[in-house]
Amino acid sequence: MAVIVVLWLREVKKYLRSRVQIVASLGTPLMPGVIGMTVLFTAMFSGIAMLWDRQFGFLKETLVAPVPRLAIMIGRTLGGATVAVLQGTLIFFVTLIAGFRPVSIFAVPLAFLVIALIAVIFSALATAIGSGLKEMQGFQMVMNFLVLPIFFLSGAIYPLEGLPRVLAAFTRVDPLTYGVDGVRGLLTGRTHFGVPLDVVVLLSVGVLFVALGAWRFSKIEA
Amino acid sequence: MSDRPIIRVQHVVKSFGKVTAVDDVSFDVQAGEIFAFLGPNGAGKTTTIKMLTTLLRPTSGSLELDGLDPATHQTEVRRRFGVVFQDPSLDSELTAWENMDIHGVLYHVPRQVRRERCEALLRMFELWERRDDLVKTFSGGMKRRLEIARGLLHTPKVLFLDEPTLGLDPQSRNQMWTHVRRLNQSERVTVFLTTHYMDEADRVADRIAVIDHGRIVATGSSAELKAQTGTDSLEAAFLALTGTTIRDESATAADQMRQVARVWRR
Repeated sequence: MAVIVVLWLREVKKYLRSRVQIVASLGTPLMPGVIGMTVLFTAMFSGIAMLWDRQFGFLKETLVAPVPRLAIMIGRTLGGATVAVLQGTLIFFVTLIAGFRPVSIFAVPLAFLVIALIAVIFSALATAIGSGLKEMQGFQMVMNFLVLPIFFLSGAIYPLEGLPRVLAAFTRVDPLTYGVDGVRGLLTGRTHFGVPLDVVVLLSVGVLFVALGAWRFSKIEA
Repeated sequence: MSDRPIIRVQHVVKSFGKVTAVDDVSFDVQAGEIFAFLGPNGAGKTTTIKMLTTLLRPTSGSLELDGLDPATHQTEVRRRFGVVFQDPSLDSELTAWENMDIHGVLYHVPRQVRRERCEALLRMFELWERRDDLVKTFSGGMKRRLEIARGLLHTPKVLFLDEPTLGLDPQSRNQMWTHVRRLNQSERVTVFLTTHYMDEADRVADRIAVIDHGRIVATGSSAELKAQTGTDSLEAAFLALTGTTIRDESATAADQMRQVARVWRR
């Protein structure tokens, strides 16, 4: 447990110390979809940074420590997810300043739970991918063929209604779709699938991805 | 102290696809000695260390560290060694103290002991005054010293040092070896190091194994190696044993990343 805590704290400390990252996130505009985007990108970045960390950084130190890899993976993933949620929070406040008003103040904490789920899902996915990559070049491929489609297909910028059938099918296998829909439902009252379904899907995908990430992480050789 | 060697490697082979990095290597390291693995680039030094430190499994053969197999008793073996890798493994966004402290938590060192050991080691490696500075502000030599200090925090039986002086100036190298020697004596820690600097192996190591193309070509003290090859310096002995041709290795993913790292670092 202490292991998970120190590794989590490490991610958060690093984030708070790198002010550029915080300020840059303020430059991006509003809407629930953009909160989803911020969380997705931050989570994926923090996970994929482990590739560098494995060769030139602290990750290698943790790989030879006498603790279960699962604890390391969970500590890192929660750290990455926390940073992503903090980013999402900043965007949320920006949207408030810009005039956005959530339909109900009580729905806001729930919306943040959904945001946290999105963050955990993509941090875990990034860990799963990062564990298998050997070269930094692989990262661009992940950005182009995974992160961007996840974002564009999620309904973050386009509505889910009235899509061609093929495209609609794609949006439904994208976990971020349910995340954005959940946040939108809770903050604006307009939802496509209904918040309960969104949460069920996110929880299931979350469990699946964390298991996948933990398994892949346990297989890392040097 | 028992007569059992602290490290025992028998007929170990490690191949990656068609490439055999370590080819039927056997050697023993006695508790308390400073043992050097000497060999040209790509000889299999790092691969051997990775197998001993549980990061790689051998293709065949057996390894033992303090009587335990690193492949099957990972956690127990990990408690028994400290390691300084060829590439830095500090967190440069954290302070020296934080780096030490996290290590202590990872190795389950009780809080009180952790504080005392951190302070003692940071003082010994002359880093105490800088303990609250971010590691990214440290020089190469300071980072290396911090890594060694960290590796010793959990009082390991064996300390692995993979090319610990690579890229350091002669002053830092000299200071580093003084520290290592002192530690070997005061903490009774066995030191397993790799290097391709002859003078270092000559000065520091009790025993040297010369490795080339994944095979051990000679083992003995510096004097024995010189006598065996009829040469008067370890450098000449080394060349006599490994030949003078330059090795061209193919670049690995790690090498490519090191290139990028070099560009981005100051």
